[in-house]
Amino acid sequence: MDRLKPRLATAWLGGCSGCHMSFLDLDERLIDLAGLVDVCYSPIADVKEFPEVDIALVEGAVANDHHLAEIRLIRRQARILIAFGDCAVTGNVTALRNLFPLEDVLNRAYQENSNIVNGIPLGNEFVPRLLPRVLRIQDVVPVDHFLPGCPPSADTIFAFVTQLLAGHEPVGVGARFGL
Amino acid sequence: MSRIQFIEPVTRIEGHAKISIQLDEQGQVSLARFHVLEFRGFEKICEGRPFQEMPGLMSRTCGICPVSHVLASSKAGDMLLGVEIPIAAAQQRRLLNYAQILQSHALSFFHLSSPDFLMGMDAPPAQRNIFGLLQNEADFVRRGIRLRQFGQRVIELVGGKKVHPGWSGPGGVHHRFTSEQRDEILGWIPEATESLSIALDRWKGLIDSFRPEMDFMGNFPSLFLATVNEHGGLEYYDGLIRIVDGRGNAIAEKLDPKRYFTYLGEASEDYSYVKFPYYQPFGYPQGHYRVGPLARLNVATYAGTPRADRELKEFKQRGEGAVCESFHFHLARLIEMIHSVERIEELMANPDLYGENIHAHASLNRREGVGSCEAPRGTLFHHYWVDPEGLMERANLLIATSQNNQAMNLSVDQAARRFLKASASGEFEEGMLNRLEAAIRCYDPCLSCSTHALGQMPLVVDVIGADGSLIRRIARDS
Repeated sequence: MDRLKPRLATAWLGGCSGCHMSFLDLDERLIDLAGLVDVCYSPIADVKEFPEVDIALVEGAVANDHHLAEIRLIRRQARILIAFGDCAVTGNVTALRNLFPLEDVLNRAYQENSNIVNGIPLGNEFVPRLLPRVLRIQDVVPVDHFLPGCPPSADTIFAFVTQLLAGHEPVGVGARFGL
Repeated sequence: MSRIQFIEPVTRIEGHAKISIQLDEQGQVSLARFHVLEFRGFEKICEGRPFQEMPGLMSRTCGICPVSHVLASSKAGDMLLGVEIPIAAAQQRRLLNYAQILQSHALSFFHLSSPDFLMGMDAPPAQRNIFGLLQNEADFVRRGIRLRQFGQRVIELVGGKKVHPGWSGPGGVHHRFTSEQRDEILGWIPEATESLSIALDRWKGLIDSFRPEMDFMGNFPSLFLATVNEHGGLEYYDGLIRIVDGRGNAIAEKLDPKRYFTYLGEASEDYSYVKFPYYQPFGYPQGHYRVGPLARLNVATYAGTPRADRELKEFKQRGEGAVCESFHFHLARLIEMIHSVERIEELMANPDLYGENIHAHASLNRREGVGSCEAPRGTLFHHYWVDPEGLMERANLLIATSQNNQAMNLSVDQAARRFLKASASGEFEEGMLNRLEAAIRCYDPCLSCSTHALGQMPLVVDVIGADGSLIRRIARDS
């Protein structure tokens, strides 16, 4: 492990993984990035416990009790926490279910659209319990920076992270909303 | 004393999941299962919104295969309009579907699974990822990154955006295909062809060193389901459903994908947010089936492009009628990437792609529409019901990964029984646990999709006593 380089983590909560795909769209710049930072925790790597890091990019909204515990852990471990993409920033598509009672949303999937109902996942030793309402990250813990977009483009991500690494306040990186 | 252990989260897959392992009093595996942890509820949250909005909304089911959701959604919309879309629009949709299969398979093979193959299942977990692989395999990694980039670039060029392109909707697509786009795409073909040839040779050379993994990571007969064209060849955008058994015998042919609900069912269980689809005539759970690259190559009788046909012929010799080892999903993915690049090149020379008419204009003509296509991970169905104003009343999404749910459970159970051997102190080596995860990685499950949600798999094993108390927690450290 390279202690000289800043440590970067990426994590995902409730979302579609599109922001992580956009991160992978850095393509060969991923190799450059690996020279600048130590990517020490990510869904594309095998470390299982969230370590102490300098920068954490967190995709997705807080939708269940696992996310709640995870974002609190990330906040404790990360010096700079970035709400990464629209679901993290605003709740976006993940929070659309807030327009309906949770029970109706679950019933649609596991009752009405099922031929056989042996059980409904409501939270047990195997699966998390959904929160009644989906939360933005900032509803749960303080957020240092917001990187909007659905998803933020790879250029946006690269500009944002490299400015941050250079010690600048990331500004004017072409964030886009929607579409 | 019996106990349950968890592997949580499973990593290097596209989603939040964990594995539970139940051990009997002798410490032997009695049951291992796969649990998917996320849920977003797209089938409900679409309610009250215009169906024209669905490709944009349903695309957000998954950031890895958004094009598939856009296509299935657009096709359901075509049916609601009651139109047959112009040929140029259909060819553009085909083009982007091939581009997406290429980028998604490249992600699975190079970014996520190749560290297991090139560094070894027992390599230190802190290095066992694509960044760690850079040290000794820089050229291989770079080629994988650029293959994915090629697929993503085609999607961006034609669809306007790499992730969640908004270019297709009910009735067709929004922009004509241009010769400038063609020229850039053709420029990528030689490198992509060469990289795939290198990767395929490399993989064929390595396969035999993974004999135990091949034999015990999901090696069982099952049904296989896929879309084929009218002659039984590979087809990804529009065709008929064919189902074969573990010997390759056709169980059902020329099924209409729009009538999927007459032969496919889904079961709900309380231990996973992914449901359990099954083939109705065989019932649940006996009617489990596999979809995706392995299923497509088992179901199709030919590929239709020269290099892929050569490879498909060789591939089929690995089984007796059908290749039943889920480990060969990886090889199937490489062959499908080769096929996709061939098809992309072929489409560039197809005058239909350049047609002026790209959109059929109509208003709502039906209240119910179904769209399906072959997504990277298997057959995808979107089923919509709308009110007379075209506002969504309800949706049902039958997702590729969920159709592999029973197979993934069987695979993880088979791998646990074979690879998990506790030491005298009751510990498992990390490499043993990684093999259980690798059994899941064969399927390249997209859990964003399958629960209409997302996540990652960490690795914490909780040893729980018969009284439910936590006896010990084993964390995989870096």
